[in-house]
Amino acid sequence: MKVAHTYVATVEDRPGALNRVVSLFRRRGFNIASLTVGTTECPGVSRITLVVNSDADTAGRVKANLEKLVDVLQVQDLTGVAALTREYALVKASVPPEKRPELLRLCSVFRARVVDVSPATLTVEITGTPDKVDALLEVVRPYGIAEMVRTGPLAMGRGAEVNEIKVQAGMAA
Amino acid sequence: MKRTGSQAIWEALVGEGVETVFGYPGGAIMPAYDALPGYPIRHVLVRHEQGAAHMADGYARASGKVGVAIATSGPGATNLVTGIATAMMDSSPMVCITGQVSSLVLGTDAFQETDITGVTLPITKHNYLVTRAEDIYPTLREAFHLARSGRPGPVHVDITKDAQQAAFEFHPGDGPPPRSGRKVRPSPPVDLDRAAALIDCAERPLVLSGHGIVRSGATELLVEFAEKTGTPVASTLLGLGGFPASHPLSMGMMGMHGEAWVNKAIQEADLLIALGMRFDDRVTGKLSTYAVNARKIHVEIDPSEINKNVKVDVALMGDAAWALRELLGRVRSRPRAAWHARIAEMKGDTAVRDIQSLPPSGRLFAAHVLHDLWRLTAGRALVVTDVGQHQMWEAQYYKHERPRSLITSGGLGTMGFALPAAIGARFARPDDEIWVVAGDGGFQMTACELSTCAQENLKVNVAIINNGYLGMVRQWQEFFYSRRYVATPLLSPDFVKLAEAHGLLGLRVSKREEIEGAVAQARKATCTTVVDFRVEQEDSVYPMVPANSDLRDMIRRPSPMLETGADP
Ligand SMILES: Cc1ncc(C[n+]2csc(CCOP(=O)(O)OP(=O)(O)O)c2C)c(N)n1
Ligand SMILES: [Mg+2]
Repeated sequence: MKVAHTYVATVEDRPGALNRVVSLFRRRGFNIASLTVGTTECPGVSRITLVVNSDADTAGRVKANLEKLVDVLQVQDLTGVAALTREYALVKASVPPEKRPELLRLCSVFRARVVDVSPATLTVEITGTPDKVDALLEVVRPYGIAEMVRTGPLAMGRGAEVNEIKVQAGMAA
Repeated sequence: MKRTGSQAIWEALVGEGVETVFGYPGGAIMPAYDALPGYPIRHVLVRHEQGAAHMADGYARASGKVGVAIATSGPGATNLVTGIATAMMDSSPMVCITGQVSSLVLGTDAFQETDITGVTLPITKHNYLVTRAEDIYPTLREAFHLARSGRPGPVHVDITKDAQQAAFEFHPGDGPPPRSGRKVRPSPPVDLDRAAALIDCAERPLVLSGHGIVRSGATELLVEFAEKTGTPVASTLLGLGGFPASHPLSMGMMGMHGEAWVNKAIQEADLLIALGMRFDDRVTGKLSTYAVNARKIHVEIDPSEINKNVKVDVALMGDAAWALRELLGRVRSRPRAAWHARIAEMKGDTAVRDIQSLPPSGRLFAAHVLHDLWRLTAGRALVVTDVGQHQMWEAQYYKHERPRSLITSGGLGTMGFALPAAIGARFARPDDEIWVVAGDGGFQMTACELSTCAQENLKVNVAIINNGYLGMVRQWQEFFYSRRYVATPLLSPDFVKLAEAHGLLGLRVSKREEIEGAVAQARKATCTTVVDFRVEQEDSVYPMVPANSDLRDMIRRPSPMLETGADP
């Protein structure tokens, strides 16, 4: 059965490092649902959050294949563990002025914030779990979504356990 | 001390113990070539960069050390690609160094610029683009380390011309130590115990011995394990030689052209112990019917291979030698006579019927050549095969007793591999007798390297199994495409004259009685010798499990041909 698997990979910030990760997924036919890249507490190290839709066997091989990449420092599987998963989205709705109060009320339920207004549109931002973002989009859709972008999830384990970045010996090279 | 980037290249190679490199110069790598004299490294000038990559690969496979190939940017680098992909598929440790246009013009489509690290990314273990002289030495050190550590493989280092030319203050001791790549965490004792328990209670266990046995030098441990547990050993193509063929527990090759009884035994086994092999589709046939009665133990150094093709019951992460050592202390001694009797029964019933033992029909079969070559060289030659029917006949008829006595392109199946790989092997094994076994087709793909043999004064023997066809493709056309021989009949030059044109010895054999004399003459000659064996043109390799079929569904040699010698 295919389910969404979430991985966090810390990767040395080297030319082509992201290319290697993406190339691996292309080549092995792993299906990327989402990929986000950002900086970390450690200079020279990026953090990739990956969501892959796959069965359990493939998921195991995703991790093993990622770990084979020399630039990848470590891979954490956050599937099914207590983790914070957050996404950010901007939604531009084309709503006539008379319908705005209604939409704004709905947005407040989601703690979505209005960040831009024009005569024909209303743009809100939302931060939350992917489910919450999905739900907001469902609600806005009947009013008409003119434009939408979401970052894809970022993930981090909960609690005191830390995914410490273990820098490789030759990293400074 | 002051050094140029070019000097740093050679310093790094000397530091890694490299004695021979295979290469071809050109604009972007000229500074490096210019700095070569003065370093104790022999450069072998190839005739095509593909040859350089195969030579480095052949050197690596023959020695266990890292092979080195060098080329210029653009076309020089792209010519390496087939050889790099070949090494990648067979986990051969190799470092390829290419020149690149100056960093000042990178990305501008400058003359002879190719994004070669983009090209080699998916076919290398790792690759680098180096644009600064001071990064060359540490990068090469890391490249060598990565090439040989864990599951070995090719590493590519692309170095811009300005980095080669720049001078810098060189302190070899400085610099960070190389990154190690992923270290596999060896499996914990409980997994070893589980594997041992499976072995102890198996009635019909079978070892599937792969390249990993050869790579980890585990032959003696495997013999000990097989004898202690009474477990017969079947081998993959790349595993041949990892277990002595004359050992009573040796079964021979498995898979598409494996012996019939081996494939049957796999289907009847109740436990498969896979050692350093990866359940390639040429080995398993149809996955849904593969060894359904067997539990499976998979010993693998690369965790990404686990459960890739075949789901296993116990996975042991680590190299084959380590796993065997651990298991030997845990398993019980058992004779398993009933299983051996059953295998003997299957063997008696279904053995490949040896063409070579048939009464002479006056016709020369490839099997005759390979069998006689085995006999005449006492099974002690290092054989390097190309790809096609002759490769399978070699695997069936030349019995390998020692590891690293067969070098062949298994995973990629690269025609043109044999001659250059043998040249590379020659530098690794100066005293061993080396025979290339190639088809008339594949030989022509890299025949230009005969010239390298002549220039470098190298001695290898070349047996061309000349059947006038791209034989393996013709065989598939015969079996699966209603004998429409499209683009497989092959006109070849006179190979004897071709050898002579290179100042080498050429011989021709068209009758079985002539084999012995020609082999003796080739062995005696001090120069590379080409023997053109004119064999039966439309012979096929049997048995054959058609692609993606049950291992039991084998195409067998039609017997009328056997009995009468009439055309099939
Ligand atoms: C570079 C390359 N091109 C094409 C093939 C496909 N192929 C596999 S075997 C074969 C025929 C080989 O013919 P030959 O070298 O004469 O050997 P034979 O099978 O006749 O022994 C071909 C074309 C290949 N393996 N490698
Ligand atoms: Mg042929």
